[in-house]
Amino acid sequence: MKSIRMGVVLWAALLGAFPAVAADPVVVYSERNEQLIKPLFDAYTAETGAQVQFITDKAGPLMARLLAEGPATPADLLITVDAGNLWQAAERGVLQAVDSKVLQENIPAHLRDPGNRWFGLSVRARTIVYNTNRVNPGELHSYEALAEPKWRGRLCLRTSKKVYNQSLVAMLLAEHGEAATEQMVRGWVANLAVEPLSDDTRALQAVAAGICDVTLVNTYYLGRLLKEEPGLPLAIFWPNQDPAKPKTGVHVNVSGAGVTRHAPHRAQAVRLLEWLSSPAAQAVYANINLEYPADPSVPRDPLVDSWGDFRANSLNVSEAGRLQADAVMLMDRAGYH
Amino acid sequence: MGSGAIAAGAGPVTIALSGSPRRQPVMLPHRGAWWAVFPIMLITLIPVLVVFSAWLAPENEIFAHLREHQLPRLLENTFWLLLGVGIGVTLLGVSLAWLIALCEFPGRRQFAWLLLLPMAMPAYVTAFAWLGLFDITGVVPTWLRTQLGVQSFPTWGARGGVIFVMTLALYPYVYFIARSAFRQQGLDLVNVARSLGVGRWHAFRRVALPMAWPAIAAGVLLALMETLADFGTMAVFNYDTFTTAIYQAWFALFSLPAASQLASILVLLVMCLLVLERALRRRKRYARERPASAGGSIRLDGSRGVAASLYCALVFCIGFLVPFAQLSHWAWARGLRDLDARYWSFAWHSFSLAAMGCLLVTALALVLSYARRMHPTLALSTAVRFAGSGYALPGTVLAVGVYIPLAALDRWLTGALDAVFGWQVDTVLQGTIWVMLCAFTARFLAVSLGPVEAGLGRVPVSVDEAAQSLGAGAWQRVRRLHVPLLRGSLLTAMALVFVDIMKELPITLMTRPFGWDTLSVRVFEMTSEGEWERAALPAVLIVLVGILPVILLTRSSDHAAS
Repeated sequence: MKSIRMGVVLWAALLGAFPAVAADPVVVYSERNEQLIKPLFDAYTAETGAQVQFITDKAGPLMARLLAEGPATPADLLITVDAGNLWQAAERGVLQAVDSKVLQENIPAHLRDPGNRWFGLSVRARTIVYNTNRVNPGELHSYEALAEPKWRGRLCLRTSKKVYNQSLVAMLLAEHGEAATEQMVRGWVANLAVEPLSDDTRALQAVAAGICDVTLVNTYYLGRLLKEEPGLPLAIFWPNQDPAKPKTGVHVNVSGAGVTRHAPHRAQAVRLLEWLSSPAAQAVYANINLEYPADPSVPRDPLVDSWGDFRANSLNVSEAGRLQADAVMLMDRAGYH
Repeated sequence: MGSGAIAAGAGPVTIALSGSPRRQPVMLPHRGAWWAVFPIMLITLIPVLVVFSAWLAPENEIFAHLREHQLPRLLENTFWLLLGVGIGVTLLGVSLAWLIALCEFPGRRQFAWLLLLPMAMPAYVTAFAWLGLFDITGVVPTWLRTQLGVQSFPTWGARGGVIFVMTLALYPYVYFIARSAFRQQGLDLVNVARSLGVGRWHAFRRVALPMAWPAIAAGVLLALMETLADFGTMAVFNYDTFTTAIYQAWFALFSLPAASQLASILVLLVMCLLVLERALRRRKRYARERPASAGGSIRLDGSRGVAASLYCALVFCIGFLVPFAQLSHWAWARGLRDLDARYWSFAWHSFSLAAMGCLLVTALALVLSYARRMHPTLALSTAVRFAGSGYALPGTVLAVGVYIPLAALDRWLTGALDAVFGWQVDTVLQGTIWVMLCAFTARFLAVSLGPVEAGLGRVPVSVDEAAQSLGAGAWQRVRRLHVPLLRGSLLTAMALVFVDIMKELPITLMTRPFGWDTLSVRVFEMTSEGEWERAALPAVLIVLVGILPVILLTRSSDHAAS
């Protein structure tokens, strides 16, 4: 029983040594990974002397946490990796409006909440990637066209359970309405070469291996894969660029942030958010993960730059958030799992 | 070990083979049992009740959608998954436990702990390692395609893959618990049966197996509950189960109520499993009234010994070595770039949390099982059973169930402190390790209840009565009788909870204090954006930090049993 007694002593020692909360830092709840945000917070601290404390988790639990904590929350800022969750957070009333000239100048209108409760900081483009040995880019046209019978057995898709696909379908839903979109998703499912895959990287590997010819992925997954294995026969195609339909375009989502409703350090939180939206910070925020900065004038990573420019869908990203649940149910009905 | 002294009340051996009717022992005053049980029950029951409370304000529209478009498929998928994993872990776990506990063959001592190692790896990381090897884009099929020109080859499909990975990840639960049962019951009853002319297989099936059944069932139930609650592995294979639908309802349809509604169905499903197991056992108690004679094992000579070694080696290789090698390769090739001094603190946090958690949870499980033993009333039994049901809930849902009432309590406490003493504090509980420990208790109580209850069941009630007649009070009986007698079971329980906490993710994520990142949190940081190769480094470290306690605990539980 000596070991148990020692355990108790150890336990007591640990609790005693438990660190007290540091002096009044800005507190961030973040869905964005530690390795993607910590460098920025470190830079912020170095620049301004202000401390930042953060905790990472998925958006769902973070939001549940904010709701449970209510006015007692320690959190000042919520960062998520898609507009759907930001929209949901605003809807649930856990964010507050921030009236800031700096933010409105730095972030284009379609990448922020119309009510100013959240702001996109980087753009994630979801586009078509094809196998250069098996597809002539002339064959490709739009997201919708991937439902055509000529792609039978040639398409790979990630599971519909990933929010990136949900928000893509939500955008198409906003554009085409329910019946046409469901028809299109059924077409995608009919064209699948293999059952939906569990992540974008595997979808890309399947295309590279020739198991299928085209897939839909966020561009930074391709960037990441190409940095590890430069020789893969993969290339990007920007869909829905038809000049006759100027409103359509590549589906973009945002990773962004909003100040929490009960933020104990509101002023510092706004300052941090404004700093994150500054061109220099945006460049780090986006380029560290090969994403696109929200402000188009901010320089991109050279690899990302090499993929050229594209026209993004001009729909406000919050629409995708609003329609996300409908999109999920639609995909369920269409048998896209 | 005082077991020799306890044999005073030795009865006829045949009692062990018949289901003896339940005796009603006159022990603790009834209220005492409830006082012990009630606070522990609150910790585990409140989160489950929070989940059930979703039915008070149901999200009918979303639930109707799920029922129509998802539920039939989910039930079918979940059924096959449970059946496959159930059969798999029983076959592997029982056969290995029997070999290791009661046979002698080359390498047995090493295999005794080697066979536990698959448990130290998070199943979803193992799953990814297997996919990295054998999926359509994996190493092996790619090699076949490019080198041999093989274009099509059988893939195992999501269902087969999930069952394969979960079986190999979870058989150690059955193996570990059944092994200590087999060892405690010894061989002499089997030998008695053999001397009466019963065949080898028959003696195993009719004598050894029924006696160990409570332990085996406890292990299988743990494995099935963990399978039901698993999200990570299912997501890697894109296999839809009840739990993936719960996450879908919450994260994609943004409906925590609908998710909770589904989760409460899951809890009911587990209750059915528990009742089923009870019914199968039909209230039999297979306590032996005399300790097993020391030593005694079946020598497997020549080819049979080699076959036993090969079998164990095969399970070890497939269950641990191959995926671990793949992970190590990734960790070496990709993960080392991430290695820095902070990993010391990640490892320390993981280790200390697991150590604290396993001590606490096992102690609480002992109190619960003991109270139930003193008062085997239906109400108390049901309450104890229900207390363990948190293990079958998806971790994130349970974490919210813990967090909501604790946040409310915290608000009340800070208000009270302000009103009564005029102390202005931001929080009392939130951001402390107590929240985590509460949540771990709610989640893992079942894990330690399993072995502790199975162990306590093997101690005949007559022993308690003898001790009581000699004037030993309740506390003294626990301390001087049961804790020594149960040492093996308690160590088993601690080891299981320890590795479970090491691997645990959702509760750790949601309740960790600032700066308390653990190794499993690192795994999450890497996998949440699909960087599986980078997740290999923390995963390998989880195994390495987890191995040492597993080895130590196995060795001392072996020691305790012999």
